[in-house]
Amino acid sequence: MTTPTAALVAFKQRRAKTRSIKAWYRNGTLMSGIAIVGALVLIAVFAPVIAPYDPIEQHLSDALQPPNWQHLLGTDKFGRDVLSRLIWGARVDLRIGFLAVLIPFVFGSILGGIAGYFGGWLDTVIMRIVDIFFAFPFYVIVIALVFVLGSGEASIYLAIAAVSWVSYARIVRGEVLVAKQQDYVAAARLGGFSNARILVRHIGPNVLSQAIIYGMSDIVMDIMAIVTLGYLGLGIEPPTAEWGGMIADGQEFITTLWQQATIPGLAVVVTSLGLSLLGDGISDLISPERRK
Amino acid sequence: MTHRLRFVPFRLLQAIPVVFGVTFIVFFMAHLLPGNPALALLGNQATPAKVAALTTSMGLDKPLWLQYLLFLGNLLRGNLGDSLSYQEPVLGLVLNALPVTLLLVCYALVLSLVISIPLAALAAARPGRMPDHSVRTFTLLGQGMPQFWLGIMLILLLAVNIKIFPVGGYGDTALDHLYYLFLPALTMGIAMSPTVIRSLRSSMISVLESEYIGTARSKGAAGAELFRVHVLRNAAIPTVSIVGVNLGYLVGGSLIIEHVFAIPGLGSLMVNSIFARDFPMIQGVALFVALFVVIVGILTDIVYTLLDPRVDLSTKAAA
Repeated sequence: MTTPTAALVAFKQRRAKTRSIKAWYRNGTLMSGIAIVGALVLIAVFAPVIAPYDPIEQHLSDALQPPNWQHLLGTDKFGRDVLSRLIWGARVDLRIGFLAVLIPFVFGSILGGIAGYFGGWLDTVIMRIVDIFFAFPFYVIVIALVFVLGSGEASIYLAIAAVSWVSYARIVRGEVLVAKQQDYVAAARLGGFSNARILVRHIGPNVLSQAIIYGMSDIVMDIMAIVTLGYLGLGIEPPTAEWGGMIADGQEFITTLWQQATIPGLAVVVTSLGLSLLGDGISDLISPERRK
Repeated sequence: MTHRLRFVPFRLLQAIPVVFGVTFIVFFMAHLLPGNPALALLGNQATPAKVAALTTSMGLDKPLWLQYLLFLGNLLRGNLGDSLSYQEPVLGLVLNALPVTLLLVCYALVLSLVISIPLAALAAARPGRMPDHSVRTFTLLGQGMPQFWLGIMLILLLAVNIKIFPVGGYGDTALDHLYYLFLPALTMGIAMSPTVIRSLRSSMISVLESEYIGTARSKGAAGAELFRVHVLRNAAIPTVSIVGVNLGYLVGGSLIIEHVFAIPGLGSLMVNSIFARDFPMIQGVALFVALFVVIVGILTDIVYTLLDPRVDLSTKAAA
């Protein structure tokens, strides 16, 4: 009798081990995400304290220096300290990236929820509008809209909101379609609650997790869009330090001062890596069963 | 085989409202411009006479729905307005640039598959092991890079430091095109590969776990043959729709990549129009790109059906 028991114990131990490795990996994903994003947020918040120089003030006599002890990453063509601009750039790019998600998240979730819950012609109309917006590649419509609306942060928010609500609408609609078949919704209906209350109080909390998970990856998309707009000289006005604009500035001097175009891009890569890890970690926390 | 394509007419019918919506958005964008649209469209070439002429031809003194009908009428006659910076009809400029962008997008798609298929297979062969983690890291980094920045980095590495490829341009002969477009296509291919790898990897894993692979193995299929005949074809099916959806993203990316590499396609046209504040041109490019995405969506559904005998969109479309 000992052999099967021993085998069972060994099997259980092995399972426990793989599970703990998985748990560690999940936690590790979440933890490294929190660490990277946390560090970046701290840098952004304390930019005025950390940055060694003013990011905008020009010193033309010090222009285009390679990295040295006074200017660790060198200076740009206006003699501005690249490191300081990088630090201040985190402020702009992170702030707009985080804020830009909010409007489409709310707007798209509401419309998707309504479409999924009530169905019928309302659903048809909303989803046809979603299809139309899906036909435009993200960048094309964002670029065209920011061009039309003019420079400035408000245009960026509006342009991104105009395009990205459709993804939230699709996700939430799909989740609501599943959720409204569930017993708890039937129970709430029998209880005589209004449609609005059922949708907001009962279905809402159960379907929003997928939208939140998507929102994490959407922040990355939005930061990419902001950086791309900045690279094209749209959106954020020039003297303000912004990573995309810095890459465009650095590209002019790519043969001599290669680090000036390289490093702001690395900052974007680190940011999106941190946000992706954070998103994966949160997604494991919210719905572990979805992970394959 | 053909009866499974019965859904195509339905699919085309479905696309009609989308096409109308797209034209409406492109039309409406002119009205978001500050001030009189005619003035904004003419930019610094606006003379009172020109403004008056454009106001009548756009029907700006008429209600919005009538203006839209006029816009549609102009579109049907192939009149997309005149480019401000080129002083030429927009349609001709767009049609000249279109083949360049199409070639670039197809090239990028091929390179993206060349990168993605082996990496996905490597990751799917032993999920959770070292190669899988390396591939995951690659996809995380790949999706975190701004495309234009990756392009600049490839220029720095393979055109400036090691002078293998040109810094930009399009070349003259067909062979030249492929050589000049290699770096931009590679950039876009790498940028697209994370999505493709993730989709292929997870479908390969579920295919490898299925019973028919066990059957194929027991009949002696192994190695490359097993992979090509049994795994890849079945795993490719869900990926086709992912690729279809992402082609739109690829086209969007190509616009900026063309600017980075100075390729005379739709993207350069669009970016130059931004710098020149040439709104009719931007409108034309946006319209063409969106129509392209609609067409790709339909083609994706057709390819999807042809690849997988089990898929029957006819019933769904008819229902």
